[in-house]
Amino acid sequence: MRAYVSIWRLRFINGMQYRAAALAGMATQLFFGFVFIMIFAAFYRSGGGDSTAFPLQDLITYVWLQQIFLSLIMLWIRDNEIFAMVTSGNIAYELCRPMGLYPFWFSKLLAQRVAGAVLRCFPITTVVFLLPEPYGLSAPPSWTALLLFVVSLLLGLILVVAISMLIYISVFWTMSPTGSMLMISVAGEFLAGMVIPVPLMPEWLQRITYALPFRWTTDFPFRVYSGHIPQQEALIGIGVQFGWIAALAAFGMWLMRKALRNVVVQGG
Amino acid sequence: MEKGIIQLTGIGKSFKVAERTAGLRQAAKALFVRKHRIVEALKDISFTVNEGEIVGYIGPNGAGKSTTIKVMSGILVPDGGTCSIMGYTPWKERTDYVRHIGVVFGQRSQLWWDVPVIDSFELLRDIYRIPDEMYRENLAVLTEMLALADLLGVPVRQLSLGQRMRCEIAASLLHSPKILFLDEPTIGLDAVSKLAVRSFIRRINQERGVTVILTTHDMSDIEALADRILMIGKGTLLYDGSLEELRSRFGTGRTITADYREYVGEPVDIPGATRLQWSTERAVYSFDTESVVLADVIAQLSGSVELLDISVDSKDIDEMIVQLYEEHQI
Repeated sequence: MRAYVSIWRLRFINGMQYRAAALAGMATQLFFGFVFIMIFAAFYRSGGGDSTAFPLQDLITYVWLQQIFLSLIMLWIRDNEIFAMVTSGNIAYELCRPMGLYPFWFSKLLAQRVAGAVLRCFPITTVVFLLPEPYGLSAPPSWTALLLFVVSLLLGLILVVAISMLIYISVFWTMSPTGSMLMISVAGEFLAGMVIPVPLMPEWLQRITYALPFRWTTDFPFRVYSGHIPQQEALIGIGVQFGWIAALAAFGMWLMRKALRNVVVQGG
Repeated sequence: MEKGIIQLTGIGKSFKVAERTAGLRQAAKALFVRKHRIVEALKDISFTVNEGEIVGYIGPNGAGKSTTIKVMSGILVPDGGTCSIMGYTPWKERTDYVRHIGVVFGQRSQLWWDVPVIDSFELLRDIYRIPDEMYRENLAVLTEMLALADLLGVPVRQLSLGQRMRCEIAASLLHSPKILFLDEPTIGLDAVSKLAVRSFIRRINQERGVTVILTTHDMSDIEALADRILMIGKGTLLYDGSLEELRSRFGTGRTITADYREYVGEPVDIPGATRLQWSTERAVYSFDTESVVLADVIAQLSGSVELLDISVDSKDIDEMIVQLYEEHQI
């Protein structure tokens, strides 16, 4: 356990080295939040949105939460170090450590996301809470909703890492992350509701997103926050998140074992 | 018979290499049809290493040195053969096994690039679950032996190659491994750093009984360190023995250089030796230890001239290795 804590610590230290990047990231996220909200607000004003199915206030909260927790739940956040390690052969050192590679990488990726989020989320949250109506972030309707949100967000984080692990493992065969990264992240992002919020999608598309793991990483926790998903349903959803995590982690570990059996350490 | 700490029997490993000739056309063709070639990196490698030995593992580029190291450190799974190191099969019981070994790959880095060296060390401490006391003790000893005191607080990217290599070696020894694998630890180092690294390897071998396997292209590393040489070429083990044995096999030729007080007589002839140089103060002879004994040569010289200084050189180890390569046509 201490090893994982230590990996986290080092990741944090590493993340802290890049304060300018964190500042720039915050500005970008605020900017994108505003752009999305203005587009959606105009869309609703012109009568395009269904304000009974998904009220504008919920939508704005949804967008801000996306921006606040961007580095926690975005699929395209990636650790180039791991890719470089596989393609350059530096993985040799990783394999000399008395740890399973799957949990080792998993904790690295978790730490990277948490480190990125911690640096950014507090300032952004403060700013968007202080924004005037209707652009501000609203508080969750109840303490229970907040609690359920925190739990589902953390599970969503673990789930997104479990999905991304499959991309990292695929590099053992493809030797280039570009293809699998692009494919999975474009499709995954859309199906997670990061481009168009899931409640605004047509019925049939919503059904598809419900059957895939992606929406459970973002759409689900954000709607739990605003109370758009009632508590009873939220509890069931948390069960589904657990199910996906177990399935994807088991698959990832199996794939990793297979990869390591045929691993080729690149370059001398 | 005593069982060695490392035992390899019949290890083989082959890689599939995609290849094509140069050019755009060939590249386009390779999109559809790939040609593969099987490269046998290791063929039936067997050897035993005893505890406390320093073994130099040598061979030309691409001979399979690094592959052997990787098999022995549990990174690669061989196609066939058995390997038992301290009772473990490296690739099968990897996580339990690697706790007992240290590995340095001279061309790679295990330290975190952006943070100070000490942070990487502390991460390793936690990964290997090194007890605090042992960690402090090892760190103190390594800091002293490798002169790291000023380097620990510096981010790795700001270290010179020699400084980094000293830190890398320290990093592989924090958990007191029983066996140390060094894959080209002196590559690219200047003379001072090389000497520091060498004397350090000697010391941990003597003081802690660490078994060391090192690969290198630098024959002076071998000369300074290795009790025993394994030579590999094209994936097969070509030589296994001591450096002295290798010397006696190839290096029976000696040159002797003698300095003496000014001597104006006739040049001295020594039966069995060839005179290469002659002046009134210095002479150089070459001879073969198989046909004439060194003591006789010296005796004959000192019988005619008043010797001041004498030096005997054997054939350069580099030359011997080249000769070995030639003999095996690699």
